[in-house]
Amino acid sequence: MELALFIPFAALALAGGLGVIASGRAIHSALSLLLVLSSLAVLYLLLGAQFIAVLQVIIYAGAIVVLFLFVIMLLHMATGEPAARGVRPWRAGATVAAALFFAALLSAVIRTRATADLGVAPAVGFGTAEAVGRTLFTRFLLPFELASVILLVGIIGAVVLAKGSLTLRVHAESRAADEAEEPREEALTR
Amino acid sequence: MTGLLVEALIKSIVLLLVLLTATAYLTLLERRLLAKFQLRFGPNRAGPLGLLQPLADGLKLLFKESFVPAQVDPIIYWLAPSISMVTALFVYAVIPFGPSIQLFGRSIPLVLADVNVGILVVLATSSIGVYGIILGGWSASNKFSLLGSLRSSAQLISYELTLGLGVIAVVLLAGSLSMVQIVEAQRDLWFVFRFPYGTVAFMLFLIAGVAETNRAPFDLPEAEQELVAGYQTEYGGFKFAMFYIGEYMSVITISALATTLFLGGWYGPPVIGRWLPGIVWVILKIFAGVFWFVWLRATFPRVRHDQLMTLGWKVLLPVGLVNVLLAAVVLALRSR
Repeated sequence: MELALFIPFAALALAGGLGVIASGRAIHSALSLLLVLSSLAVLYLLLGAQFIAVLQVIIYAGAIVVLFLFVIMLLHMATGEPAARGVRPWRAGATVAAALFFAALLSAVIRTRATADLGVAPAVGFGTAEAVGRTLFTRFLLPFELASVILLVGIIGAVVLAKGSLTLRVHAESRAADEAEEPREEALTR
Repeated sequence: MTGLLVEALIKSIVLLLVLLTATAYLTLLERRLLAKFQLRFGPNRAGPLGLLQPLADGLKLLFKESFVPAQVDPIIYWLAPSISMVTALFVYAVIPFGPSIQLFGRSIPLVLADVNVGILVVLATSSIGVYGIILGGWSASNKFSLLGSLRSSAQLISYELTLGLGVIAVVLLAGSLSMVQIVEAQRDLWFVFRFPYGTVAFMLFLIAGVAETNRAPFDLPEAEQELVAGYQTEYGGFKFAMFYIGEYMSVITISALATTLFLGGWYGPPVIGRWLPGIVWVILKIFAGVFWFVWLRATFPRVRHDQLMTLGWKVLLPVGLVNVLLAAVVLALRSR
């Protein structure tokens, strides 16, 4: 039963991953990413981690890819023309980095020799919201708080970047408007 | 194992038939009620009281020419309405319609899947439903569609936060994410009467629910005077019907969720609650919610987009945050 679900969804995840890098249009890449993330949610579910599976859908599939789509829609507006092909040296660098990352992952998997016994059912209460919350707020409290600080810095950074250019533009516009208006007033007084 | 599968299959089929019929008749109900509100007759020609009108509409949509505009992205153009309809239907897998009943000597719960993260499944599904609108508006390569879908997705993302904050208050009160246990926790007192946080959460949920369903007065994504029909502009025939079904079904969904989360689910009011079986109470409450949606549409004019965003981010969101904080502090102090 588990294998019958694992194989198709793992294949879907892989197909989606290939789609992300192989599609010509950015919007197809984003949708392939959506396929990867949803298939991963099913795999989490098979591992008995239902809370994480639902969060995966809400946060990654429901929020982050939606943002990607927003950006693609606004940048390429109605046409969605193919994204510019990467510059050559960048492509080579990316290939090397991806190969290194894959090797690191593979060696980590081989070294642990998949010691987890797949036949054993997870403990009662494993993967529920309560269990995840308790672990997060006791054992992983420091990483959790650090992550939240990093996210906060990211939000403030985004606001500063957006607001900075906004106030500059407003200043420039009001100055331009002032300059435009002054001569007119002079003309009127004359 | 097979018994459970068969049971789930039968329940799914019944649910699907009932929901699709209810959605079809919701369109008639809305048109008749709007007509009453405006002192008109409404559609009353097809069959007695116009009862065959949904059938006629459905047949017409099915037999229409399946027109695909030029320059669309065919996969995405087809995918979008299907996403809208499938996600609207999927939510009902976790909504409980009554307590367990005895049938053929076995106890059958009136819910398809009582998962212990039920309410999160609802939120996850509705967040996937946004894709139907975004992709539908984008793939049609039409400026009205694109503007409509941009408006709609901005609206959905903003009001999902308020909706979520209303739900969090309920989760705090019930101490569980399971829809069945949330209803069980309201045996003595419906959450809407748990003043102040239950009541405030209910109002937030209702307002955000109207925005989530793109209904008047928050129906900017399909404001006909400016956007033709928003993201649905380039859709016709059965594909349009799928969007339409998804939209009307989400009206029933929000009513069903309000029933489950705030109005005590299958528990009736204190004294007369015993007079009717639980499932009748659920249907009555959902019907009241649907009527409220139509009433609202007949009463209020459409708001402007900046008013909508201001309301969402500067009023509802802070109120929701304070409400959750208040509920958490009070409940934590009381549990000592």
